[in-house]
Amino acid sequence: MINQTPSLCSMYRFQWEEAQGNYVLLYPEGMVKLSRTAGEVLKRVTGDATVKQLVSALQRDFPESDLENDVIKFLTEAKQNGWISF
Amino acid sequence: MAGSLSNIAGKPLWLLAELTYKCPLQCPYCSNPLEISKYSNELTTDDWFRVLREARALGAMQLGLSGGEPLVRTDLEEIITEAHRLGYYSNLITSGVGMDAERVARFKTAGLDHIQISFQASDKELNDFLGGTSSFAHKLEMARAVKDQGYPMVLNIVLHQKNIEQLDDIIKMSIELKADFVELASTQYYGWSRLNVGHLLPTKEQVMKAESIAKHYQTEMKDKMKILYVVPDYYEKRPKACMNGWGSIFLTIAPDGRALPCHAAATLPDIEFPNVKNNSIKSIWTDSYAFNKFRGFEWMEEPCRSCPEKEKDFGGCRCQAYMMTGDAAAADPVCDKSSHHEALQADVASIAKTSSHKNEPLIFRTMRNSKKYQTDKIFSPQQN
Repeated sequence: MINQTPSLCSMYRFQWEEAQGNYVLLYPEGMVKLSRTAGEVLKRVTGDATVKQLVSALQRDFPESDLENDVIKFLTEAKQNGWISF
Repeated sequence: MAGSLSNIAGKPLWLLAELTYKCPLQCPYCSNPLEISKYSNELTTDDWFRVLREARALGAMQLGLSGGEPLVRTDLEEIITEAHRLGYYSNLITSGVGMDAERVARFKTAGLDHIQISFQASDKELNDFLGGTSSFAHKLEMARAVKDQGYPMVLNIVLHQKNIEQLDDIIKMSIELKADFVELASTQYYGWSRLNVGHLLPTKEQVMKAESIAKHYQTEMKDKMKILYVVPDYYEKRPKACMNGWGSIFLTIAPDGRALPCHAAATLPDIEFPNVKNNSIKSIWTDSYAFNKFRGFEWMEEPCRSCPEKEKDFGGCRCQAYMMTGDAAAADPVCDKSSHHEALQADVASIAKTSSHKNEPLIFRTMRNSKKYQTDKIFSPQQN
């Protein structure tokens, strides 16, 4: 996965919701309230960056350990949910 | 007290804008009220702009553009444009009749996020019979047009006794159309569908067979086509968490500006539903008597009041409880903890089996039938 490039599936819209104070995923007649981690990761899913590049970018903004594992775990879940594709 | 309940009001995340009750189709299971002929004072474009803005400010994110048939409104493109500007995810819920490929392209430009097209059946004869008009070929064309514009293709089929045996064909048709999402919505029995319940209610065997067919395709089409099958609650032992709770997430605005927590709420007695023409969305959602009436748990009677599942299903549907028990605060009789549950089961079983309805015609959703069949409940049209 680390060298693959994730992108958001066209049915999903990712946006910041001021009224909620978090990021959400919107799709036909539905919505997912995203956790802070999920929001920060999906924000960087541009369709241009590999997972490796995504993790580096995240690490720069959030210098914490084990970020790569969390990111991979989340991206696996996101793919299972149909939110992203590689 | 409205004041103390307002802090549990939450946000109206889902705004359903019923733009008009006019419709070129005449489906006998329509979820609009029987009183459609009385909704002549439609909101103007500017009224809808204000509704959109105010609801968005309260946190609304999903917008359903519905009706009747929303395509009847010539200002639909303007409404979509404004909704998009405000940041809504907009859903057009339509029969497909009233648009062509060009109009779909205009919707795309205006920023509409998705279009859901209804089908009444998988064959032309039944589809056009139920809809009361020749629409099948056009729907197929529109399904393709929607896909051509890069939209996810979402189909909605309301299931009932007249088409439930076609389910396999319905799903095959959806696959052929390359649908991304198929919503199989079992008919709920309010208003028109209640009038026609003898014709529409499937037997338990039919429902179980449909459920297994849906499940089969859900597995087979996993990751290719998402199938949502809504189980009819009449054959269940626990009620649906109707609207996710009264005044919890959903806000419906009827064509005349009346604000409702759900489609059927206007059937409930002794509640005056506020109108957006003379109230802000904020005051309606947060402070109105109507929206606070069944919020929280204080209004509940037994068995709901002490039930450990009350936070899961909120006692079920108020409209259904009123319809079947005469008490809007009672437990929804779908629940087997309700003292009315057995009577409901017996009723449902006899309706599903009887063929006496075959001598009565289906009552199609027309303005004329609306005048003929609407209830005696005193209806105060919102005159302005």
